[in-house]
Amino acid sequence: MNEPALLQAREVRKTFGQIEVLKGIDLTVQQGQVVSLIGASGSGKTTFLRCINLLEEHDGGEILLDGDPVGYTLSGTRRKRLSETKISAQRARLGMVFQQFNLFPHLSAIDNVMLGLTKVQGKGHSEAKDIAQHWLGRVGLAERAGHYPYQLSGGQQQRVAIARAVAMQPRLLLFDEVTSALDPELVAEVLGVMQGLAESGITMLLVSHEMMFVRDVSNHVVFLDQGKVAEAGPPSEIFGNPQNDRLKSFLGRFHGLFGRG
Amino acid sequence: MAPGTFLFEAWQARQSLLSGLGVTMLSSALSIVMATVLGIAMGVVLTFGWWWLRLLARLYVDVMRGLPLLVLILFTYYGLALFGINVPAFWAGVIALGAFATAHVAENFRGAVQSVPAGQMEAAKAIGLTFGKRLTHVILPQAVRRMLPPWVNTALEIVKGTTLLSIIGVVELLLSAQQAMARNYMIIDFYLLTAALYVAINFTLAQLGATLERRYSYLRY
Repeated sequence: MNEPALLQAREVRKTFGQIEVLKGIDLTVQQGQVVSLIGASGSGKTTFLRCINLLEEHDGGEILLDGDPVGYTLSGTRRKRLSETKISAQRARLGMVFQQFNLFPHLSAIDNVMLGLTKVQGKGHSEAKDIAQHWLGRVGLAERAGHYPYQLSGGQQQRVAIARAVAMQPRLLLFDEVTSALDPELVAEVLGVMQGLAESGITMLLVSHEMMFVRDVSNHVVFLDQGKVAEAGPPSEIFGNPQNDRLKSFLGRFHGLFGRG
Repeated sequence: MAPGTFLFEAWQARQSLLSGLGVTMLSSALSIVMATVLGIAMGVVLTFGWWWLRLLARLYVDVMRGLPLLVLILFTYYGLALFGINVPAFWAGVIALGAFATAHVAENFRGAVQSVPAGQMEAAKAIGLTFGKRLTHVILPQAVRRMLPPWVNTALEIVKGTTLLSIIGVVELLLSAQQAMARNYMIIDFYLLTAALYVAINFTLAQLGATLERRYSYLRY
């Protein structure tokens, strides 16, 4: 316990208006792990992910990134909200890939990847360009560097978005249902890239409905149900020997995929 | 060419007409630049400002949009003089036109920013860009493209609005033409000439806008 976990969430709560979306989530991600969040729509997976990089602010519990609370500092026991600049600095330690890609349409693929390198990390143009070109190569798009997003397919756009996130060398990469907006035949190319990243030791936390993929790449799987962790464990346990009834019925919908018909 | 023919009279009046045209173009250009710069700044305030700043900007926009332009021009010229602030007629006109159009540009900008998908701001946040950089590198380039068509409209309105400066004695195109008419009584001919010149200016502006729109057409989704 001398080294803090890369990400440690304790009792994380979030309320939108009257609706409590997160009812105390506990979750730990160790360096080099791939952790997956699964669960039905509305179970709070995406909200939890967004709380980690402050696209939403949690209103109870704590999220520690390398031991530092996310979004505030403690003076005594009082929480003081971080300045806008410090929040941006925290976000820069995390990468995020979105369901809708969210590439910048006015920038070419390589400029999308370079923007953070030059404007956040302060790298020079040529260094940033080399890094960006390297990562575009890693996602198989070296030849498309000069293309604008509208000239790319959904799968290609998402791969550029992955390159944009991973080029910043984040401590943790967040994936928010990144294949859900893709045509079925484009899903594999994106999952392939993610698998490659997972194998190269990049720490990842993903929300996904691709159960086969989750089972194959994850070290740890967390099943969220109605804003709570209903069951968590290694994929062999979660998929092979689920205990929780809601998890069983949730997985039942994917049964065909696991050949247990 | 004999005296009394249109071409002769137009040639006689050429210097005052050209100077009037120059005044129209200069006052338009200055007002457009002022409205664009201040309008975008105010649009940023309207969209992202602290609530009290937003309130002030909103008040400004609503007052300016509700006010007849002529009233604003008269106030800037005569009204300010009552408080001992003497602004030359030309500048009073430019300031009034610019201040008026600022409100329109600000509203257009706000609409344009809000039409940029929320995911753009989130992606910009996610890579760690600070607020200013999110604005300049991600939001503004997309918003500016979106506000181009209404911006061209505003620019055209400004050009036409400069005719109102004749009321406070600025000898712009309309007034210079009227002065020529006072000498030669060729009312229809000179009004037609004036009209043609305004249409020509505005047509050029609209073409410029269309060119810019094509230039940035890759900003689609």
